[in-house]
Amino acid sequence: MGYPHKSHPRETPILSKHFGDPDARTLSGWRQRGGYRALEQALGTSPADIVNVVKESGLRGRGGAGFPTGMKWSFMKPGDGKPHYLCCNADESEPGTFKDREIMRWTPHALIEGCAIGAHAIGAETAYIYIRGEFTEPIRVMEEAVRDAYRDGILGKNAMGSGKRVDVHVHRGAGAYICGEETALMNSLEGRRGNPRIKPPFPAVAGLFGQPTTINNVETLTAVPHILTNGAAWYKAMSLSSPKSTGSKLFSVCGNIRKPGNYEITMGFPFKEFLYDLCGGPLPGRKFKAIIPGGSSVPIQTVEEAEATLMDYEGFVAQGTMLGSGGVIVFDDSQCMVKQIARLARFYAHESCAQCTQCREGTAWTTRILERIEHGEGTMEDLDTLLEIGDNMTGKTICVLSDSCATPVASGIKKWRNEFEAHIKQKRCPMRTAVAA
Amino acid sequence: MSAREEGGLHAPAHASHSSAGHGHPAEHTPVFTGDNRKKLDEILSRYPSKMAALLPALWIAQDEQGWVSEGAMAEIAGLLELTPAYVKGVVTFYTMYHQHPVGRHFIQVCTTSPCGVCGAEDVAKAFLKHTGCGELGVTSPDGKYTVIEVECLGACGFATPIMINDDFIESVTPERVPEILGTLK
Repeated sequence: MGYPHKSHPRETPILSKHFGDPDARTLSGWRQRGGYRALEQALGTSPADIVNVVKESGLRGRGGAGFPTGMKWSFMKPGDGKPHYLCCNADESEPGTFKDREIMRWTPHALIEGCAIGAHAIGAETAYIYIRGEFTEPIRVMEEAVRDAYRDGILGKNAMGSGKRVDVHVHRGAGAYICGEETALMNSLEGRRGNPRIKPPFPAVAGLFGQPTTINNVETLTAVPHILTNGAAWYKAMSLSSPKSTGSKLFSVCGNIRKPGNYEITMGFPFKEFLYDLCGGPLPGRKFKAIIPGGSSVPIQTVEEAEATLMDYEGFVAQGTMLGSGGVIVFDDSQCMVKQIARLARFYAHESCAQCTQCREGTAWTTRILERIEHGEGTMEDLDTLLEIGDNMTGKTICVLSDSCATPVASGIKKWRNEFEAHIKQKRCPMRTAVAA
Repeated sequence: MSAREEGGLHAPAHASHSSAGHGHPAEHTPVFTGDNRKKLDEILSRYPSKMAALLPALWIAQDEQGWVSEGAMAEIAGLLELTPAYVKGVVTFYTMYHQHPVGRHFIQVCTTSPCGVCGAEDVAKAFLKHTGCGELGVTSPDGKYTVIEVECLGACGFATPIMINDDFIESVTPERVPEILGTLK
């Protein structure tokens, strides 16, 4: 299957295998497809053994940071006498990213299974799935699946007859990009404003409700049952380039491209073939101009950089950017880069939680300057000011929202400086006039 | 939990809060009776603290009233042992809770970059035109519609996604707007 289009023959559909198949949403349909066998096996396995398998598999966090999952789980001290919690980060809000939405819409039980295994592995009895408030359909689907899993004895005080308690609850957010930051998510879940917390203490020491907590992305947790069923070696073997990047990865593709949608590929796939072969290349009569490969917070690539990239954690870094969340945003030659970068900055200005001065002031100031340049009212000094503000916004705040605003601005000015200068010299957007004429 | 949150400063559930610009405080009809109370009790059983039920409780209030009134905030504060001021502080942080009544059909159009490059601004304009709202955030004279731009709805491959209340509609173009509005009562 596949959604919104059939899986391409060069994809590796593991997590996305049942996208578009409504029968896979139901508990009976999921069981027919082999669902919950991995959980049954896991509940009979010691947490330490599960953590080791995940460590060996090389699975890394799919939310953006790429932290090794097994290592993260190993930070949770067994037998410390404290309640442990698992949080599943389903606050998918990074512009360009819409993979977790499809996982939850089409394969809700896959996520429940991953959460239950994760909870068992870190010694937690409770997992919370924090879903962004706008995802009304995924929330409805997940809530129904959780109810069915309880009714069937998969969840609850005697999960699958194992004698172990596993509770999974869906928690709805209420509109705040920042709640995808792990400690902001925990604050929000506790009923607070979603301000990120100062670290340390890290969540594994004092997280949700002040207790040891692990937080994992939807896609990360959904990969875990497959790793337990097929083994660490199977997962590790899925790698076309760097041994540090293993498994399959979902990429969401959007913007000016023929076939937007989700694609699941083996780590290390050539980005050029991905863009032109799988996603169909540019729209008729157009050329690609710029590509953001990992959600709006990563540096923007030129087409030349993108075409030389291998799609894994190391491959994107080698071409000056990051894999991030795997949200690929494509801009073609009809787009004004100044306008696009100004729009990105406006997003961050809107979403800043306003806790840190550098971010609260910096995102708004950056946006004002960029919009001024876009409207032909900028000066050359503005470009220096933007870079200077960006410097003061990077590495100086509680979380990285501030850095995420500065990053596309800095890479944008560096790579499309001629467009910025043209706006300033001609006192108008050269592209807009060209279109009007 | 701070002493202030635990202390005896909560307003009673029916407290009237006159807010500037609203003239006389509106009478608050309690939200958490019957099924809503049962729903809240079930939600409370999921968490080790009462405060964690705050976002879910606010959702229940908004589903019931169409927005979150000061009366509802005070009622929730009483139930969760918080102060009304604390609850308001949380409400104002999140964009999805309405602090004022909105149109019966609350229309959110995603205009963030990925949708923006696919023509989302024209979709927003079409909604403003066909609903008679004229301006973003302003409710139409008949009280039927409010249109806002929203930041990234997380469905970028289906540009332009919109939400009408709790319904999500993908791949909306300006041409589809009259037909979509035609399905609303």
